[in-house]
Amino acid sequence: MNLPAELKYAKTHEWVRSESDGTLTIGITDTAQEMLGDIVFVGDVKVGATLAAGETAGVVESVKAASDIYAPVTGEVLAFNASLDDSPQQINERPYEAWIFKLKPAKPGDLAGLLDAAGYAAAQE
Amino acid sequence: MPLRTPLFDTHLSSGAKLVDFGGWEMPLHYGSQVDEHHQVRKAAGMFDVSHMLGVDVTGPDALPYLRTLLANDVAKLDAPGRALYSCMLNEQGGVVDDLIVTLLASQRFRTVVNASTADKDVAWMNARIAAAAADVVLTPRRDLAMIAIQGPAARAAVWSAWPESRPATENLKPFHAAEVGARLVSRTGYTGEDGFEIALPAGGAAAFWKALRDAGVAPCGLGARDTLRLEAAMNLYGNDMDESTSPLESGLTWTVDLKDTAREFVGRRALVAAPPQRALVGLKFLDRGVLRAHMRVATSMGDGEITSGTFAPTLGFSIALARLPRKDGADPQPGSEVEVDVRGKLLPARIVKVPFVRHGKALIS
Repeated sequence: MNLPAELKYAKTHEWVRSESDGTLTIGITDTAQEMLGDIVFVGDVKVGATLAAGETAGVVESVKAASDIYAPVTGEVLAFNASLDDSPQQINERPYEAWIFKLKPAKPGDLAGLLDAAGYAAAQE
Repeated sequence: MPLRTPLFDTHLSSGAKLVDFGGWEMPLHYGSQVDEHHQVRKAAGMFDVSHMLGVDVTGPDALPYLRTLLANDVAKLDAPGRALYSCMLNEQGGVVDDLIVTLLASQRFRTVVNASTADKDVAWMNARIAAAAADVVLTPRRDLAMIAIQGPAARAAVWSAWPESRPATENLKPFHAAEVGARLVSRTGYTGEDGFEIALPAGGAAAFWKALRDAGVAPCGLGARDTLRLEAAMNLYGNDMDESTSPLESGLTWTVDLKDTAREFVGRRALVAAPPQRALVGLKFLDRGVLRAHMRVATSMGDGEITSGTFAPTLGFSIALARLPRKDGADPQPGSEVEVDVRGKLLPARIVKVPFVRHGKALIS
């Protein structure tokens, strides 16, 4: 399983990177992109929306299926990666570089409830 | 224990991602279903379709029996090697299954039916033999494997991998077949591209698959098979029609032959008695995202439903087949707009003529 150690993970297959300015960058894991197959659309992310932890933040669609993505913690959506509009397959090719959205957490630094790489790997078994 | 085809071990060693399909453990893709899709449109790909069942229909009454069993008229098969697509209907005019029937020789036919309906089909076909006291024997051919080789380069690749087949198959027209030794080569398919479907003894399947692969044919899974057939606007049994829908409501009116008024095929009375209330049409999605089966379609004539939807790799947008209400005996018109309920939002789609793609070319934009 390809799981960078510096990231945190949600059971629902999002990865979360803490940036130096306190914001969070979120994408989906290698495991998730592999399960979905060829991704053809990423959307419905509402920049400016305030989401509770676990609330739907957008959708990732592969040829096969549509899968919701969720806010890993409570916060405000700051940005959507618009380059995914033209090339959603970036997520298949480079899942940990092709981020989907950025979040300003309501409680900066509080990532309780998220898993480390080993915890996420264990949750998949 | 899932059912497996004679090519199962080959798929495993090729790194196939497997999926359950009607009880069969089948390849979904071998890496990327979109790449496999393009391979078929631009060059040649192959599919293991051994989960489908060949059923031989033989005996003195084979022809009259098939003429009452099927909605299309097998009497059109005027020479050995000719093939025909047809629905098999129930008394209510609903579709029991769709199949291809080939005349192999006098009093000898081969039908190929869907995997998930195979047991039901054989029981249904045997019941019709008993009801008509027909002198016909059915022989299910689980001893055969079936490989579909599809794409503009498919036939040449088959001749490269299997040169002995060339003389007998070079001049085969679409919907014609030739027996070459123990193999049946048909110029048919489910992709909208040229190619062959080859039924062969199971024991030789793995070696033939490898020879095709060495000739440049890409292994393709059920994922690409579905996007290719939907771009070609070919129906999928269980999605686009089933026992509760008639062929007239499924875009299959062209397969129902009413010309011979004396031919009382099963379901005929029901089809003639009531005009269809719905029609199957093509949709182009005008928003971003992907149309999926069972989404509600709002039209000025009332609600309908998507029966199959996908992202179309050849086109770069989403397409669908949808069953929509007819009004005053008229089908919904190409060019008109409808709205699709996509996860709670009504988004626009346009009714378009089908097929969407044929022989590598987009027919809509």
